[in-house]
Amino acid sequence: MSSYLTIKNLTVRLKNGAPILRAVSLDVAAGQVHGLVGESGAGKSMIGKAVLGTLPRALQVTSGEIWLDGVDLLSLPASERRRRIGATAALIPQDPLTALNPSKRIGPQITRRLVDILGWRKQDAEARALDLLGEVHIPDPARVMRSYPHELSGGMRQRILIASAFAAEPKLIIADEPTTALDVTVQKQILRLIGEMQARHNTALLFVTHDLGVVSKVCDTLSVLYAGKVVEEARMQRFFMRPIHPYSAALLAATPTYTNPDSSLTPVPQTVTDAVEREVREHDLRAGA
Amino acid sequence: MRDARGDVKRPIGLRLWLSGGWLTLLVLSAVFAPLIAPKDPLMQDLFLGRMPPFWMEGSEPGYFLGTDSLGRDVLSRMLYGARLALIVALVAGTITCVIGATLGLIAGYYRGWPDRIISRFVDIWMAFPPVLFAILLIAVLGPGLMSIIIAIVVIDWTRFARVVRAEAMSQGAMDYVASAQVAGRTRFGTMLTEILPNVLPTIVALLTLEMGIAVIVEAILSFVNLSISTDSPTWGGMISEGRTSVHQAWWVLVFPLITLFLTVLSFSQLGEGLKDRFDPVLR
Repeated sequence: MSSYLTIKNLTVRLKNGAPILRAVSLDVAAGQVHGLVGESGAGKSMIGKAVLGTLPRALQVTSGEIWLDGVDLLSLPASERRRRIGATAALIPQDPLTALNPSKRIGPQITRRLVDILGWRKQDAEARALDLLGEVHIPDPARVMRSYPHELSGGMRQRILIASAFAAEPKLIIADEPTTALDVTVQKQILRLIGEMQARHNTALLFVTHDLGVVSKVCDTLSVLYAGKVVEEARMQRFFMRPIHPYSAALLAATPTYTNPDSSLTPVPQTVTDAVEREVREHDLRAGA
Repeated sequence: MRDARGDVKRPIGLRLWLSGGWLTLLVLSAVFAPLIAPKDPLMQDLFLGRMPPFWMEGSEPGYFLGTDSLGRDVLSRMLYGARLALIVALVAGTITCVIGATLGLIAGYYRGWPDRIISRFVDIWMAFPPVLFAILLIAVLGPGLMSIIIAIVVIDWTRFARVVRAEAMSQGAMDYVASAQVAGRTRFGTMLTEILPNVLPTIVALLTLEMGIAVIVEAILSFVNLSISTDSPTWGGMISEGRTSVHQAWWVLVFPLITLFLTVLSFSQLGEGLKDRFDPVLR
């Protein structure tokens, strides 16, 4: 089984040297869904941004390798890297309300990548976009193609973004909390849709979320992050049966359940976070040595 | 499903009609001034000094809005004055807009050192008192149309730079910009195709506002006698001349003043109205 995305010892730091990601390694194979979970600020989104080359300007990759479809992205010159990413990877963003350019019609926003990077003819790209909109269950795709983003609902826009992400048949899709900005009722449909599309197109999917419930539905493998460090990497079933790392176990226990809504929220215990903090510090010492 | 937000059609609105109408009238009178002006705006006739407008007693036929102290026709001078006012508004406004908006866009989108340099520059620039700055500039450049335009550009580009920078910054933080970059756009390309169209409504509104301001600045400079040579009729020049004889001949002052006021107001209202119509989200 070949890996579409392999990250080796990726370290990302602030310009002043403070680490944001600490030697992260992971591996996503074709047709696999890999979850990235962790608290806010654990660095899960930053992994996706580092892969796609959209890290905030204050951050930089200081060491490590990112292999996308057999090519080490970080060894490429910037323009070549951008083309490479555009041709092989795509993003399903977090907030569908800001992820479409408000001053452009939907059609060109989907076909852009096909025309610009893959050099398709405009008519072919439009036909393809129509097909894709059908695939994500959008009624009357021809009309939607002519609409402006503000004329469509959040759920519709997220479907369009999903269609758009799959347009160029990318090898890898990074979904950055694709359901957090949506209503709970729409979330489920969107999740099912992402899973459906991913299976049909046999894409590798990196799924960033803080919701373990979501992870259990869509992912095959997952990495748990704390302070930019992977504390546990596991296959799905094993993780939910018996998590190895105490932090993972505490995180699982902290997930609110539908079956027992009256139980009070369980925070991750102080002893556990202290232990992980210690682990992270030890890692930093070793990395510094 | 597509909802009805796209079907809302805003009526063009009284504000856009009135301001657009006034400016159209102004453009027409500026273009056709030689044809419609009843008199030569420079012709003096000392026997006809300070004639009142047509509805008052003692008015002279042919001089509808009266004459100034040198017997020149106020209406004709105002019509010719519209030419200079509009040239200053269009040319100075546009140049100011292009320079300021470009710098603001670069600063707001690229951030980092370009932003630091441009923003510091703007801060320092704004610490100069603008009118004094303009007077100084014209004193150096010598009076004339070009000097006025340069003075306006030099004073006012910061207005565009600041506003466009803030707008570009907030647009740059949106997910669609990241998406465009993931889809292989260069940063420069992203700025032109993604950011600029979304900042454009703001730029248009500012541009029309700036045109109004340019007219005012020209009037202020005429007032201190630093505008175009005193022979060419300008509204500001007329106002400052009229001021000295306001007790004997108020019309020399009041008519250009009303015109100036309506013009500046129309420019700003046009800007607001256009912004509403250009903005796809408000439209």
